[in-house]
Amino acid sequence: MTVHQSISDETRPAYNYAYLDEQTKRMIRRALLKAVAIPGYQVPFGSREMPLARGWGTGGIQVTAAIIGPDDTLKVIDQGADDTTNAVSIRRFFERTADARTTEATDEATIIQTRHRIPEAPLKAGQIMVYQVPQPEPLRKLEPHEAETRKMHAWAEYGLMQVKLYENIARFGEVTTTYDYPVMVNGRYVMAPSPIPKFDNPKMQMSPALQLFGAGREKRIYAVPPHTSVRSLDFDDHPFRIQSWEQPCALCGAADSYLDEVVIDDQGGRMFVCSDSHHCETRRAEGHRGAMLADASALHLVEDEAKP
Amino acid sequence: MYVAVKGGEAAILATHDLVAEARRGDENVPELGVAQIREQMGLACGRVMNEGSLYDPDLAALALKQAQGDAIEAAFLMRAYRTTLPRFGSSEPLDTAKMSIRRRVSATYKDLPGGQVLGPTYDYTHRLFDFTLMDQAAPAESPARPATQPLDASMPRVPDILGAEGLMEEEAPPAGDPRPFDLTREPVTFPADRDVRLQAMARGDEGFMLGLGYSVQRGYGNSHPFVGEVRVGEVAVEYVPEELGFAVDLGDVTLTECQMVNQFAGSKEVPPQFTRGYGLSFGHSERKAMSMSLVDRALKAREFGEAATYPAQQDEFVLYHSDNVEAAGFVEHLKLPHYVDFQGELELIRRIRKEREQRLADQQSEALPEAAE
Amino acid sequence: MTPNDTLIGAGFADPVFQSQGAFRALLAALSEPGLACDLGDAVVPPAGLEPATAVALLTLADYETPIWLPAALRDGPAGAWLRFHCGAALVDDPAKAAFAVIDGAATEPKLAAFNAGDDQFPDRSTTVLVQCAGLDGGEAVTLEGPGIAGQRSIAPTGLRPAFWAEVEDNAAVYPLGVDVLLVHGAQVLGLPRSTQIVEIR
Repeated sequence: MTVHQSISDETRPAYNYAYLDEQTKRMIRRALLKAVAIPGYQVPFGSREMPLARGWGTGGIQVTAAIIGPDDTLKVIDQGADDTTNAVSIRRFFERTADARTTEATDEATIIQTRHRIPEAPLKAGQIMVYQVPQPEPLRKLEPHEAETRKMHAWAEYGLMQVKLYENIARFGEVTTTYDYPVMVNGRYVMAPSPIPKFDNPKMQMSPALQLFGAGREKRIYAVPPHTSVRSLDFDDHPFRIQSWEQPCALCGAADSYLDEVVIDDQGGRMFVCSDSHHCETRRAEGHRGAMLADASALHLVEDEAKP
Repeated sequence: MYVAVKGGEAAILATHDLVAEARRGDENVPELGVAQIREQMGLACGRVMNEGSLYDPDLAALALKQAQGDAIEAAFLMRAYRTTLPRFGSSEPLDTAKMSIRRRVSATYKDLPGGQVLGPTYDYTHRLFDFTLMDQAAPAESPARPATQPLDASMPRVPDILGAEGLMEEEAPPAGDPRPFDLTREPVTFPADRDVRLQAMARGDEGFMLGLGYSVQRGYGNSHPFVGEVRVGEVAVEYVPEELGFAVDLGDVTLTECQMVNQFAGSKEVPPQFTRGYGLSFGHSERKAMSMSLVDRALKAREFGEAATYPAQQDEFVLYHSDNVEAAGFVEHLKLPHYVDFQGELELIRRIRKEREQRLADQQSEALPEAAE
Repeated sequence: MTPNDTLIGAGFADPVFQSQGAFRALLAALSEPGLACDLGDAVVPPAGLEPATAVALLTLADYETPIWLPAALRDGPAGAWLRFHCGAALVDDPAKAAFAVIDGAATEPKLAAFNAGDDQFPDRSTTVLVQCAGLDGGEAVTLEGPGIAGQRSIAPTGLRPAFWAEVEDNAAVYPLGVDVLLVHGAQVLGLPRSTQIVEIR
């Protein structure tokens, strides 16, 4: 069922295509164009009240609604998976309001709206990543006042951030930020990459895809154009490093993907599986088999595509 | 075992059915009508209209019904609907001096033109249960006693009385009388002007505004307020259509207005004057309007050159945190899956602990030969 | 003036989808500087506006975005067309414009006359549509910066001699600066403030 109609038949009320009215889309589109012209800078925008709760992806939803059209194929993920409840809910929103063609296949999508992950499959030119951002201000935990953080960005005064990271190192021997790890964009603005694990930060560097960020509650939009420098903040004596695991994915055997930990019993049993559900399924379909795939398949918890 | 969350859509649809069932409750109890809520839960409707920023008692009643009486959920419904409505224009400024009064009390004068009008208030009810209300068919209500004399036609606002003497801070529009800011359409920047602050507070959470206003009274903010006046009643809304060029009456809205009178020492340039705290809200909602007027005065700290030391004096703090729909969304989003980020924390804490144990073990093995020496 | 001069031509026939398509082309143009992007032929522009200029303004401008036009366009059909379709105010002061349309061959106004934003809000800057004689066939200009893998070469024609020096000056005040769209026919080519001029031959 769709609830939008572009031309009202004057008999019953209807929502506009992609929910937002055209004036709102224009306002968001103007903000997006300024955002790509100033990579990493947070553009204030007139974020609208949305029918989904603040903090549940209203920024990403407004960005997607302002860019999506009939030629697009949309993928929505949360925690890397297409089938988490909020991803399902947002995908359904665009199916209802914009007749969106949707997919779970990363390489088929023209728009990928995400919360907390970047897919494992490399992004391509022409694709647009839309990140849902809860807190767009990377300096907010250091300085609660917006009036102050805006000045710090204006004057590129990022010393406080360096101090905080170094205090971490002094105390724990390394930077203990594991997600939403701050990045320097185009050598000018420190930017919050949204709460993706730092494992995903290197995927942003010189990505061929356009990356758009929407923070609905905080009313900010920012962007990283394709082929743009995105450097994770670090120190010469403590270079940036990403997470690693001692074992590969239990289902597909991938040794280079971000893993979720699943508690399988009350005896301390653990299983580590790909967070990117489509990546894992694709690998299994190609015949890759992890150590626990047979067990999981026997219990019908996952499909073992390799079996007849 | 590994819980594959396939079937998320079916699960989501099932929650819709379950919430509908929970909302209805026992089907042996007659269903509540929207008109009943509008007429018999008027104060709840007022709160939903305020925090939903939409004056529509029927929709407020529907929102309360659909939200099982949850005021914030109901305000959320109102706002999500409001944002889709087309705008025809802005009304003329409302003239609360011409309010058709239901209630009007002043704490600053024993008597004044128009007098004290108590109207419908819980103030003197003693909060004793009226158990007759438990009955389905309550006995015929005794009709309200008719007033012995009609209200005065003229009910001047108390700050205007003080203003005529030059004792009250003047309310003047900013230079050029620009169109007021619309925080539902434009991003707020700081420091925020008074139009932005008043708008934010008018839709702010009643409980949050109450707590902030209370903090001002308890010393977290420099305030010595008197209730100049609280008035409740109906005010006409007028609109000038482009094509007509003159005002037409769109109907009445019920409003509560509170004006607090505060001390102010004055300065070299300005002789001592009372300063104003202003609160305005939809429906009969005195607690909200009074809290708002306390915080409005506290937020004028910057204009009066006072130190903005406390939360109620800081516009960023008040404006960012008073919006309960935003606050509820962000607090409640914590129940969404965060296991990817949590896994990052687990990986780190396990590794740091392991490295620490290794380090301690190494130190111990180094220390042993020394001890032997 | 004949009655025909005062007639205002049509805007988008299908505003929702035509503006969406045009916006994506504009987004591509500014996120991949130097890449010519097609805005299509959805409208017949009024005299003085390139088709892509008309489509871009129809897509992006409204009552919230003042537009600066050269006097001849402002007082002619183009001004009337933009007022009617976008509801946009036409301003005399280039520094007050959210969007501006200039003739690339004219000596004035300079890019620096427009709003470059301020250090706390560099987004509050003018987007300047520079109408030029062509997007290729001119001297080769090599670009570098965000949105460009390595370097990209462009060769627009019909620009005033000092134009590239102005673009260099604009990039030098980054993150402030105007964002430029070169326009010819149905095509636009983006030169945001983040783009550096490496070489002109």
